[in-house]
Amino acid sequence: MQFDIEINKEHVTAKKGETIKNVLDRIGIKVPTLCYMNGFSPTGNCRMCVVEVDGIPGLVPSCSHPVEEWMKIRTHSPRVIKARKTLVELLLASHPNDCLYCERNGQCELQALAAELDVRERKYQSKRNSNQIDKACPSIERDTAKCVLCGRCIRICDEIIGVGAIDVIGRGSESRIGTTYNKGLNVRACVKCGQCIQVCPTGALSEKQTFQSVIEVLNNPDLYPVIQFSPTVPASIAEEFNLKTNKDILNLFRAALKKMGFRQIFDTSMAADLTIMEEAAEFTDRFNKHRSLPMFTSCCPSWVKFVEDIRPKFLENLSSARSPQQMMGRLIKQYITSSAGQKSKNVFIVSVMPCTAKKYEAGLDNQKESEVPFVDAVITTRELIKMIRLLGIDFSGLEPEPNDSAFSIRSSAGKLFGISGGHLEGVLRTIGFMMTGQEMNPLKINDLRGLKSRKETRIKIGKHFINVVSVSGLANVKTLLDEIEAGRNDIHLVEVMTCPFGCINGGGQPKGSDEKSLKMRMKTIYDVDEEEIIKVAHKNPIIKDLYEKFLAKPNSDRNKELLHVSRCPVEL
Amino acid sequence: MSAPNTQQIKDFLVEKIVKNYSGFFDKGTADLLAQIKREKISHPVVYIGMGTCGLIAGSDKTFRAAEKYFEENKVDAELVKVGCLGLCSAEPLMDVQLPGKTRISFQHVTEEKVEDLLNAVFHHTVMSENAIGQYRFHSHEEWPGLGYIEQLPFFALQRRNVLRNTGNISPFNINDYLANGGYRSLFKTVLNYTAEKVCEIIDQSELRGRGGGGYPTGKKWSVALNTGSDQKYLICNADESDPGAFMDRTLLEGDPHRVIEGIAIAAYAIGANKAYIYLRSEYKQSLSILQNALQQAKEYGFLGENIFGSGVNLNILIHQGAGAFICGEETALIASLEGGRGIPHEKPPYPAEKGLFGHPTIVNNVETLANIPAILENGPLWFKSIGKKGSTGTKVFSLTGKGVNSGTIEIPMGIKISDIVNSIAGGVKDGKKLKAVQLGGPSGVCIPLKDMETEIGFDSLQVIGASLGLGGLIILDEDTCMVNLCRYFMEFLQKESCGKCIPCREGTKRMLEILDSTIRRPKEEGSHDTLERFKGVVQLETLAEVIRDTSLCGLGQNAPNPVLSSLKWFREEYEEHIFDRKCQAGVCHDLRTYFIDPELCTGCNVCQKKCPENAIIGSVKMPHFIIESKCTGCGICFDSCKFSAIYFK
Repeated sequence: MQFDIEINKEHVTAKKGETIKNVLDRIGIKVPTLCYMNGFSPTGNCRMCVVEVDGIPGLVPSCSHPVEEWMKIRTHSPRVIKARKTLVELLLASHPNDCLYCERNGQCELQALAAELDVRERKYQSKRNSNQIDKACPSIERDTAKCVLCGRCIRICDEIIGVGAIDVIGRGSESRIGTTYNKGLNVRACVKCGQCIQVCPTGALSEKQTFQSVIEVLNNPDLYPVIQFSPTVPASIAEEFNLKTNKDILNLFRAALKKMGFRQIFDTSMAADLTIMEEAAEFTDRFNKHRSLPMFTSCCPSWVKFVEDIRPKFLENLSSARSPQQMMGRLIKQYITSSAGQKSKNVFIVSVMPCTAKKYEAGLDNQKESEVPFVDAVITTRELIKMIRLLGIDFSGLEPEPNDSAFSIRSSAGKLFGISGGHLEGVLRTIGFMMTGQEMNPLKINDLRGLKSRKETRIKIGKHFINVVSVSGLANVKTLLDEIEAGRNDIHLVEVMTCPFGCINGGGQPKGSDEKSLKMRMKTIYDVDEEEIIKVAHKNPIIKDLYEKFLAKPNSDRNKELLHVSRCPVEL
Repeated sequence: MSAPNTQQIKDFLVEKIVKNYSGFFDKGTADLLAQIKREKISHPVVYIGMGTCGLIAGSDKTFRAAEKYFEENKVDAELVKVGCLGLCSAEPLMDVQLPGKTRISFQHVTEEKVEDLLNAVFHHTVMSENAIGQYRFHSHEEWPGLGYIEQLPFFALQRRNVLRNTGNISPFNINDYLANGGYRSLFKTVLNYTAEKVCEIIDQSELRGRGGGGYPTGKKWSVALNTGSDQKYLICNADESDPGAFMDRTLLEGDPHRVIEGIAIAAYAIGANKAYIYLRSEYKQSLSILQNALQQAKEYGFLGENIFGSGVNLNILIHQGAGAFICGEETALIASLEGGRGIPHEKPPYPAEKGLFGHPTIVNNVETLANIPAILENGPLWFKSIGKKGSTGTKVFSLTGKGVNSGTIEIPMGIKISDIVNSIAGGVKDGKKLKAVQLGGPSGVCIPLKDMETEIGFDSLQVIGASLGLGGLIILDEDTCMVNLCRYFMEFLQKESCGKCIPCREGTKRMLEILDSTIRRPKEEGSHDTLERFKGVVQLETLAEVIRDTSLCGLGQNAPNPVLSSLKWFREEYEEHIFDRKCQAGVCHDLRTYFIDPELCTGCNVCQKKCPENAIIGSVKMPHFIIESKCTGCGICFDSCKFSAIYFK
């Protein structure tokens, strides 16, 4: 049902069931908000979006109030603006006074709002919140002093990630976001995915930063710093620095890393090919033996942690293969020691990831060999952007750097790992080959592409049908696990990514990713797949070479030691 | 005739009094009923008020003393524990009834008085300093020289519908309620009326919610009734947490079955087969009484499956709150009942459409529900004849503060505030002057003297900017500092804010800080500080407006009320605090100025030694003197002077 309402003295058509904000968005009127999240049911926490409606005594939150036929609305009347301004002034009364030194300086929604509403003095004098930084988590840092209690982090953690590691504790002005027993964020429930950072409007949440120590390493003449990068990173860098996302971007990206001082640059996609080989072999083995099915992918450390801590019943279903980052770290450390004449202890492997959980993964005990981690430091895409700026790298003056590193060739299958559904597509191509000895035709699996949180399809391989599911957003995985526990047994292979739509939307990516930029990042990767000649991991000559000279057969016992981990329940 | 056994009494009450009630009894029925109602007794009966107010005053000791007395004197007497009669300031209350004589009520009966008092009664005399009056009984011999209890000023203007039984019957025994007409309305309702009809009757009675909102109850029920759903819920909101409000407690402790009957009728009217009583966690006494009452009602077949053979089912569960004021707000209450954090959510959707677990839910206050049985019994027109237009029926108030009497009262809507103060409360204690009346709990307003003639009612109070609220009424005398009182309420609300929305969480905190600075001595002398403090008062008004306009729920929207009303009517007190740094009432410690009376000062030197600011001078055995500019008003000297020589202004 449609009807006319009056907004700022103009007639506007509205539909029954819409909220006032829905209508305002459509007609191009912006109301500020600190708690609103697209796609989530509104909570009405921040009251910033209030508007004046004739006939209602108080102001009405536009995010949650439905439109009604009789409404006459004023969105920016003096009364409304005064209310909004006062709300910001109230928040600022106790907010720390350190904007200039804040992680989010220049990107803070509260700061922007204060400027927008022309707040020019600290009107209400109050005791400022003292900074109490929670550093317990290896991936995420929290500064509750800067928190405005908008509740976005709680909702994403609960509704999308499905773990609910944080919630409000305390009452009234003592309210704060806290963890179980307020013991710091290193709680079992937290999977370190960093989605909370993505939605935080202020500097209350950020990743644990390691880029400063990386810069120190770059300036240490005794060390040999190398870097590996996730296939999703270059596209995000291009986006941030307004570069064209054509073929050259990878070479330009390499040039930037070289300029920064990294001695060698590796594309983690190559290790993704290796992961594909191991996973495909592992799956084929399980499929033939009808054992531990469905098999779940294990590249996402948040997902692995989720299984270990929250649903350990499914541990045996997890693939035992290490994630590409860890395989890569392990390989290049050995490679450089043998080829570049460097001592193992001098090689410093940095990886740049769209992910905060990779920081946690790199520090795990089962990701080390004689106390030396396979990866020495993990930085997020955001941290790399900072480093590029800090070290004065100007893309306009860079000469593209040809790809000349040792592990320079990668198939486009490995490249697909960054997108939900892509990992599955890449693995299936090799599974098809391993099971039948023939390439799959076509290689492209359309059912597994697109921005959907759960994609299911059935693939015919030889005489077998393989049922596969791709899920992103851990809350959706919970539903799938429940289905399996309830007796569903037709699924063979499941790809899980913790962040919605995969690593392209990871917790370490530049903030404020909207659907448009996600689609852009997705397109960049699929375009690579279109243009690439080697589209399957098992045809990657480097992979072939590796298996011939260095490794044993995929999923063999020798490789297990190198490229797999044993999955055992974590002690409580 | 031998005395009937328990089963016989039960059958008699259920069959004759509840199910086949005609209003006319044969002699046998009338006799038995009179026996159960303790109108016709063969041995002495003693009633002792064992409500929370009575227990605090020591009525359990009084009870034991009475028990001991009867044991030692080998008197066969019945001791009945009753709820609160309403006159809390007179507790412990003890009523004595001898066979053939009227029931007589005594106040302040502490344990040591029991023996003398009962001795006197058995010798047919009364201890006049304790006796407050006798009950009117037709065929009983009256006590000479003793007034009727209903003629006491405290009771004279009251109209006790909801509180009819409290203090008179035993809340522990369902038979007491049945003998007084209980559960007859429920029987009539489920067998004779459709749900629509019940909503219609309540709508006709023009009953409005007694929990503060004042929304027409019948209309609210109709919404839930007409919302399609396979499951509906009724919730009785017994999370009474306003400071100084205890009428729900009085009701639950004194007449639990009236509330239960109201719940059952309301649940039937909306089509709910499950009801919850959300009980304030601190009400332990109410909890045990309610549990017992629910158990009895179930045993008698008034609750559970197939009530009265009508096919109607109802289960009532008690849920204890966790001590949060905000859970009195219906959406927060529902969130808490669902097992979540007790925080309110945006309306619409209203709970009547989408409430507990997403199903249509009606949340009614205890008093609202307690009104229901009588409306069904006597009809909507009867109810409308009480009170006034737009505010029908009665309202229960918790009367506290500086009145001579305090307690729970029930008045017909439409009487004047001044009647409550002067007549029911008996004026202001100790001959002090009345300053204002605070109405409506922590987010209520202070009504100044000029509005004392306002009638009690939803609309009439709105005219002067006040509201009924839950029904807390505090009498304030001249020794009350309005700024300090506002600060107290603001502190309460600030602590009890759930913290969800910014205006309430941050705004109340800022308001409290400003009020704090107003009642404190300035940190540094100088005009700048005074200016800052004055700016604070201006900011209070801005903040109040924004908090009222933008807060999510009633707590925030009404939080500025005390400040706004006191700024309007008692602004000079704010100015006095800021500019003169004086608190006329002498309540704000920090603003006190101390003086030494040279007549009383012995020169003992103690205050001089204790003064942390060295503001006291004087030699031994000579009167001392306080240097005003050095004094910080800490009050240590005042506390340490053994000769009461120090006073403050």
